Amino acid sequence: MPTATPLSRVNDFVVRFANVNGSGSASANEMFARAILRMGIPVAPRNIFPSNIQGLPTWYEVRVTEDGHLGARGGTDLMVAMNPQTFDKDIASIEPGGYLLYDSTKPYPASKFRDDITVIGVPLTAICNREYTDPRQRQLFKNIIYIGVLTALLEMDVKAVETLIAEQYKGKDKLIAPNVKALHIGRDYAVLNLAHPIGLRLRKADKVGNKIFVEGNAAAALGAVYGGATVCAWYPITPSSSLADAFTKWCAKYRVDPTTKKAKYAIVQAEDELASIGMVIGAAWNGARAFTATSGPGISLMQEFIGLAYFAEIPAVIFNVQRAGPSTGMPTRTQQCDLISCAYASHGDTKHVMLFPENPAEAFEMGAEAFDLADRLQTPVFVMLDLEIGMNHHLTRPFQWDDNRTYDRGKVMTYEELEAGKDFGRYLDVDGDGIPYRTYPGTHPTRGSFFTRGTSRDRYAKYTEEGGPYVDNMQRLLRKFETAKDIVPKPLIANAAKPSKYGVIYFGSTAPAMDEAIHMIEARGHGIDRMRLRGFPFHSSVNSFVADHDFVFVVEQNRDAQLRSLIVNECGIDPVRLVPILHFDGTPITARYIAKAIGDHLDQMTMKPAKVTS
Amino acid sequence: MTYLAKPKFHHPGLPKNELGYTHRDYEGTISTLCAGCGHDSITAAIIQACFELAIEPHRVAKISGIGCSSKTPTYFLGNSHGFNSVHGRMPSVLTGANLANRDLIYLGVSGDGDSASIGLGQFAHCLRRGVNMTYIVENNGVYGLTKGQFSATADRGSKSKRGVINTDNSIDMVAMALQLGATFVARSFSGDKEQLVPIIKAAIAHKGAAFLDVISPCVAFNNHAGSTRSFDFVREHNEAVNRLDFISTRMPIELKQEPGTVEIVEQHDGSTVALRKLSADYEIHDRSAALGFLQHHSAKGQIVTGLLFVEKEAEDLHAHLHTVDKPLNALGTADLCPGQAALDQFNASMR
Repeated sequence: MPTATPLSRVNDFVVRFANVNGSGSASANEMFARAILRMGIPVAPRNIFPSNIQGLPTWYEVRVTEDGHLGARGGTDLMVAMNPQTFDKDIASIEPGGYLLYDSTKPYPASKFRDDITVIGVPLTAICNREYTDPRQRQLFKNIIYIGVLTALLEMDVKAVETLIAEQYKGKDKLIAPNVKALHIGRDYAVLNLAHPIGLRLRKADKVGNKIFVEGNAAAALGAVYGGATVCAWYPITPSSSLADAFTKWCAKYRVDPTTKKAKYAIVQAEDELASIGMVIGAAWNGARAFTATSGPGISLMQEFIGLAYFAEIPAVIFNVQRAGPSTGMPTRTQQCDLISCAYASHGDTKHVMLFPENPAEAFEMGAEAFDLADRLQTPVFVMLDLEIGMNHHLTRPFQWDDNRTYDRGKVMTYEELEAGKDFGRYLDVDGDGIPYRTYPGTHPTRGSFFTRGTSRDRYAKYTEEGGPYVDNMQRLLRKFETAKDIVPKPLIANAAKPSKYGVIYFGSTAPAMDEAIHMIEARGHGIDRMRLRGFPFHSSVNSFVADHDFVFVVEQNRDAQLRSLIVNECGIDPVRLVPILHFDGTPITARYIAKAIGDHLDQMTMKPAKVTS
Repeated sequence: MTYLAKPKFHHPGLPKNELGYTHRDYEGTISTLCAGCGHDSITAAIIQACFELAIEPHRVAKISGIGCSSKTPTYFLGNSHGFNSVHGRMPSVLTGANLANRDLIYLGVSGDGDSASIGLGQFAHCLRRGVNMTYIVENNGVYGLTKGQFSATADRGSKSKRGVINTDNSIDMVAMALQLGATFVARSFSGDKEQLVPIIKAAIAHKGAAFLDVISPCVAFNNHAGSTRSFDFVREHNEAVNRLDFISTRMPIELKQEPGTVEIVEQHDGSTVALRKLSADYEIHDRSAALGFLQHHSAKGQIVTGLLFVEKEAEDLHAHLHTVDKPLNALGTADLCPGQAALDQFNASMR
């Protein structure tokens, strides 16, 4: 018997699968998560994988959360340890009272285990060797067999798994029966040989509702489809490649002319990131909605072109699925570390619009909205995803679209307007909002043409190196950025139950963990107001939010407090007012981490000095 | 200031083409390049070619990179949209523009510094993709704007104005274009307008990736004894492979290659080109022969000019991508947005 009381929880625990990359475990593990969803219980899965193809350690974590906490929690309650290479580390990560499921074909000595966990051995290799002769089958079915074991240990709905197997192998029907058989081999072994169920249980619930289970990159790509993107130029880079892949898939599904079977889109895998952003700029200059998807190193390569797009005022949408930098950093680990490199990308004085989706639903919405914003503002717009959002499945609200919505193409002067003799100066600030009118090439035989260049020019697009017109142009660009403050998505504020002197600012993939952390902070006796940023430039409410609190915590996933620096720089706020809470080890930030960091600060701030007695 | 508008006055009796445009309608601002620059001759050839083709000036998109050559789009087709982008990246900007609107004519203007060094990758990839364009390199073998450094097309052994001997091998962009799959490849000389104008016309009419390398002596930095891009050197070493004429009708083209006869080249937009072949041993539809011919004469220190290769069945990037006939930039919300009904199905499939 373990020295710690075995965990006993229903619909609230973390299962972690430790596998070897390339062993075919991903689909089995994902099926496990989906089967729980089908039982009406929310899950939050995360794939933690190395930047190689085969052989290195990989983990898949499933947080079972009836309360719907979708951020990472930290710790493991049930470890399915299938990788000898990480065995010791995996055991060490189990919570006291937790459970270990391992392949006991060659039993480990007792010294390999901890005495505060429950150890469950299943001779998986022996079972596979007995049932299958083909080496690949032995490996692949081992994954299904351990899922079968879990159906018994956790009281899982085995029918839900069978249904998922049938859905997964639809079209390859001969694979269905062998997989179902493997599932039951595992289940039967557990029923006959193991104490089951364990303290961690699953009970059918109705907490999922109409939510959908989708990856952020797939959602953003669908947003690009709905937003009217017709040109995608991209270059493969983790963790953004699946966004371009998904766009290709959605276009094939939604954007093929039913009569001619021709494509209402163009997708080019460019030779590099420079070419991909160049194509986007060329296409957008010529009136198409265009985007690229990349990650930090790609942003570095695109800097010169981004500066051109800013100065020449060309709409461009850039999905940046951030990973851990600098340099190659940790390509398959998540961070929010490209804020400054995107906000001020390129040489000279530049400022760029950024959007911060918190989950796939917002990735879809902002993925579409980015194209309207880019056209309205005639400037690059960055959609700042990260690996945590982009490459993981998330339970999220279903996507919605207003069928009355039409694309806002911004200030484009038409043939009729030009023909009517309307004054056209490419860089005239006609409306006082800093946004000039443009024309698409080929619009009118004698009016409206202009020369686009990265060099300085006057309001009528004529090249000049005079200081006055240059300053005039640069100040108009600043006015345009001011205009952007009110049209990018505004921050969302949620106040504590009682008035609080403290606030917290955060953005993007930190949101789910923050939602949970707030409850944990409250449980420690502290109330805190919160503001989730959704766009850059920052709305004026950021200033007032900071002004309304003694201290504001700024929670972000990078080393250098980049968001805090941006707030200080752009809002003119005293840095002392902003307390950085930083997490940057490449794993998604957890509720526990946030709650401890902020809770400890607040404990100190509210601590009263002890009475001095003589 | 390097922007000098031309006076609006012009002779009322200027001849008009079939669309009613005069030569002036194809001009731009006054050139600020050095007097006598070969690039200005190329500009003049472009203007003449477009006038003779009776192109609507505003239906041309002229796109360039950075450098002396890349300034020249300002000097022609003043009613066209132009884009002077960044160094060496004209091809990607042009590719994107072409994807957005397949109905315009795309004229990419670049230089040897722009395309053979920093832009070599983009040069290669836009040709292999078959972007429907006329890609002109104004090749003077030197960096003019930075005052006389060798470019990557400068011949090995040639001498700079400062007396430095180039020890690097040169890049032959025509040979590369042939290898990369360009479907129209030519080289000409800025001083030979009689040859250059028809080649530009044919390149514009060609539906596919047309590459044209034009030897264009730099009067300021590469027009001295010892240079292999000087006027005198090029005139002495120019070997024209054929003499060209362009007929803007839709007649079928014959492909006979006998010396002194007219060769007909079929164009896929329906227009036709007639070529008068001067060399008895030259076949313009044989890519490998073109490469061999080029390299054979290069080894003898000769510059081959003329239309070196045309592919009979050229296809462009839009054909490869199977895109709709309507320009992508003309598609609206109704064409592009699948709407809530499709989203409902999507949501259902994600549960």
